[in-house]
Amino acid sequence: MSGDLTELYQQVILDHNKRPRNRGKLPTANRVAHGDNPSCGDQCSVYLRLDGDRIADISFDGSGCAISQASASLMTTQVKGKTAAEVEALYEQFHHIVTTGETPEEISDLAAFAGVHTFPARIKCATLGWHATRNALKGDPTPATTEKHTD
Amino acid sequence: MPPSWSNLRADFPILHQQVHGKPLVYLDNAATAQKPRAVIDALVRYYERDNSNVHRGLHALSMRATDAYEGARARVAKFINAADPAEIIFTRGTTEGINIVSRSVAATLKPGDVILCTEMEHHSNLVPWQQAARASGATLRFLPVLGADAEGGLDLAALDTLLTPQVKVFAFTHISNTLGGINPVAELCRRARAVGALSVIDAAQSIGHGPFDVRAIGADYVAFSGHKMCGPTGIGVLYGHRALLDTLAPDETGGGMVVTVDYAGARWKPAPERFEAGTPNIADAIALAAACDYLDALGRDEIARHDQALAALAYEKLSALPGIRLIGPGRSGVRSGLVSFAFAEVHAHDVVTFADEDGIALRGGHHCNQPLMRKLGLTSTTRASFYVYNTEQEIDVLVASLHRILKFFATS
Repeated sequence: MSGDLTELYQQVILDHNKRPRNRGKLPTANRVAHGDNPSCGDQCSVYLRLDGDRIADISFDGSGCAISQASASLMTTQVKGKTAAEVEALYEQFHHIVTTGETPEEISDLAAFAGVHTFPARIKCATLGWHATRNALKGDPTPATTEKHTD
Repeated sequence: MPPSWSNLRADFPILHQQVHGKPLVYLDNAATAQKPRAVIDALVRYYERDNSNVHRGLHALSMRATDAYEGARARVAKFINAADPAEIIFTRGTTEGINIVSRSVAATLKPGDVILCTEMEHHSNLVPWQQAARASGATLRFLPVLGADAEGGLDLAALDTLLTPQVKVFAFTHISNTLGGINPVAELCRRARAVGALSVIDAAQSIGHGPFDVRAIGADYVAFSGHKMCGPTGIGVLYGHRALLDTLAPDETGGGMVVTVDYAGARWKPAPERFEAGTPNIADAIALAAACDYLDALGRDEIARHDQALAALAYEKLSALPGIRLIGPGRSGVRSGLVSFAFAEVHAHDVVTFADEDGIALRGGHHCNQPLMRKLGLTSTTRASFYVYNTEQEIDVLVASLHRILKFFATS
């Protein structure tokens, strides 16, 4: 197997794919958003319990490739307890990682997705869950679609 | 020199390359087929020697281009055994062909009329009919697909209740791009005719993979693409029965499709010009004719035998993989040159990414077939599709790669 592929399918990603965290509907959710990746049919629903501006609890549901499912799973662990502004900053960081392969100086599980940048077709898979979460935070009722975004 | 089966791969320059350090194994033919040297040469020759605008030209180049373009129309007519070259309308591809028919026919439909499709249509033979129904107030109905894995094909018995005199159009695919089964198009056309409905065939997946005799089939309209039959992208064909084409309103208007124009209005030319407003895709039409020559020289029956034998072998070998679900015709069914499958544990996109590392080109996703996928409880499948230049050894490469992928995800 090539280095690029092992770089893409990091242990952290495979682990989240196999044992997704915060998966399923959140009974106490007060915000829901749905994301579609029309080019491949990946789907992701994100359920939020917002406490003011802060994500008190989060879960996700959906189907898709290992990259999209692992990314949504990891995302839930990263944004829980964060404010909308903090989530936006984390998304910016994640987006930078998956599009450039550059990882931040501080240690972060998000860095596991650095390998995505050598597979441009998969960037949409990695960002799907994030887009759904950002829509849920904005209270945007229209489903997020990866086709609307530049990535 | 006519092509020969024993040295056929030599005709396709693109096949002789490495991808990620491995010999290319191109198994994405249902998406688009590769081009033989003869087709590439036809394009180059046209641009180097004959390039000019067609029709009304009185100089030498224009006459050569016109002759070659109209010659291509006659060549395509022969390829599908149409009675008259005027029944061949050059389009951009299958999608445009179906849109021309659906938009023009929609203008004749009214509430109470029914458009019948099938549950296995590609979005290109579904969405235009949804639009036609919306525009006209007609009702859209669907002939069901049978079996949990769609192994039963179309529910022909349901035609007895679905094909009523209210049905004005029956649109169906010849070969599903997702399932690979071959539909009994002649019978479907006959049934449509019996209730006075127009028949519209999506032949995108069948046209390059075997014999196609439009008169024996008895179709009113047939749409297909050049690029899936070794021709260039950007050129396709809409066949329409002559008697119908001259009654059909033009879809696009402009230059080239009119007899006379004054400030108040215009009179249309008959088919095919009526449907070819503007400068047509001359070069690609001429190269499409070269593709017709190439496939006829190989033998259309032989192509069908070759592709179906590879698909049957692939089906057999893939069946042995743990946790695989194959959709479409089962072991005993006739299957055109593709197999579509899903693993419980590994998503199609991960399969395609890993196979690419082995030099194998596959397609993963919903194959523009979202409603059918939903019916089968799937979000995506991986599809391997075969053509004249594929070999049994390439299927072994595919199976070995899939074993490796399954092992990777099982142990991760």
